[in-house]
Amino acid sequence: MNDREGLSRRDVLKLAGSGALGLAMSGLSLADDEQFQLPPLPYAEDGLEPYIDARTMGIHHGKHHAGYTSKLNAAIEGTELAGMSIEEILGDLNAVPEDIRIAVRNNGGGYANHSLFWQIMHPAGGGEAEGELADAINSAFGSFADFKSIFSAAAAGVFGSGWAWLVADSGALSVSTTPNQDTPLMEGRTPILGLDVWEHAYYLHYQNRRADYIAAFFNVINWDKVAELYAGAG
Amino acid sequence: MAFELPSLPYAEDALEPHIDARTMGIHHGKHHAAYTGNLNAAIEGTSLDGMSIEAILADLNAVPENIRTAVRNNGGGYANHNLFWQIMGPDGGGEPSGALADAINSAFGSFADFQSAFSAAAATRFGSGWAWLVTDGGAVSVTSTPNQDTPLMEGGTPILGIDVWEHAYYLNYQNRRPDYIAAFFNVINWDKVAELYAAAG
Repeated sequence: MNDREGLSRRDVLKLAGSGALGLAMSGLSLADDEQFQLPPLPYAEDGLEPYIDARTMGIHHGKHHAGYTSKLNAAIEGTELAGMSIEEILGDLNAVPEDIRIAVRNNGGGYANHSLFWQIMHPAGGGEAEGELADAINSAFGSFADFKSIFSAAAAGVFGSGWAWLVADSGALSVSTTPNQDTPLMEGRTPILGLDVWEHAYYLHYQNRRADYIAAFFNVINWDKVAELYAGAG
Repeated sequence: MAFELPSLPYAEDALEPHIDARTMGIHHGKHHAAYTGNLNAAIEGTSLDGMSIEAILADLNAVPENIRTAVRNNGGGYANHNLFWQIMGPDGGGEPSGALADAINSAFGSFADFQSAFSAAAATRFGSGWAWLVTDGGAVSVTSTPNQDTPLMEGGTPILGIDVWEHAYYLNYQNRRPDYIAAFFNVINWDKVAELYAAAG
């Protein structure tokens, strides 16, 4: 298993299953009974230092992402959503029963967004996109530098909590933003790069200086993974 | 005439240990200051120049469309934080008395029931926003708003508000928003809230 690639869903399920025995013995519900599993970080909590500090990563993953995951599982337990992928669920929120729709939107969005976020960063990240992804970026924005300024402005301009995205739609790229834990998946488009601009993503280290956090993020972007997601989006 | 950042009515460390000095300093000196500066930049030279912030926010549809979002966000942030600093104090906590206590009991049953309703509203506001105790025609109610929106935008008068943007608590409480909400009750300046309730008429 190459840690640059992260863990597949199957790997995560295997890992979770291997830990389930202890949970069963302690009388808690089986971890692999839960539909969605918190994926492990694909690098150490301090792997993105000094750009993103270890304490932020630990709380962000172990508390915030874990919270979205368990609340998502609690919301969908025993409903018709059991067994569906998170992409399928978020791609058709109108089909989600109304009494759990907000919980699924918020926590399902938070689950999916953070699952992507960890993957598209890496200790060996930074630099620029290459190959077909670079061509698509140049085609959409003019140059990598132009893309960077448009993406950064979008992230800086989100008022309150939300995300900035690089989105693929039939091969073409665009930059967009969403409030809170909404995702482009909710509009049928595929996010291939995302930046969390909730204050919890940067406040311990950057406080009110969101612009510094955005600039630092470019030093940890895993462009190989983004290119893979671009190719996978077709 | 430009809006001015009001001074904190107490020292930055005065609300310790419930709200830490570093959070207060950044919250007031950076966040509130930025809303103030951005609000002034948005309205400079427009028809809004010279209006009160309450009058502006109560009729956002009258704000020129090209600055409406900037005024909503930064004007809301300016007004909300002005109120926030006032309704806290180092000698705060406890419960209201007099006419405000009567109004709370009438609306919620008891102070404890009010505290639960207000705390739940603050805990469940997803993302950034505020929870409020609002008065409208003498009756009080609990509500919440996203981002820097304020009950002023819907004609209500906020007399108590808690900021649940993560910047209000993250340095000290991180993801533990309920702990911050519980701590807030130790610094509420009920005398000020009662004064605002009386003035709202």
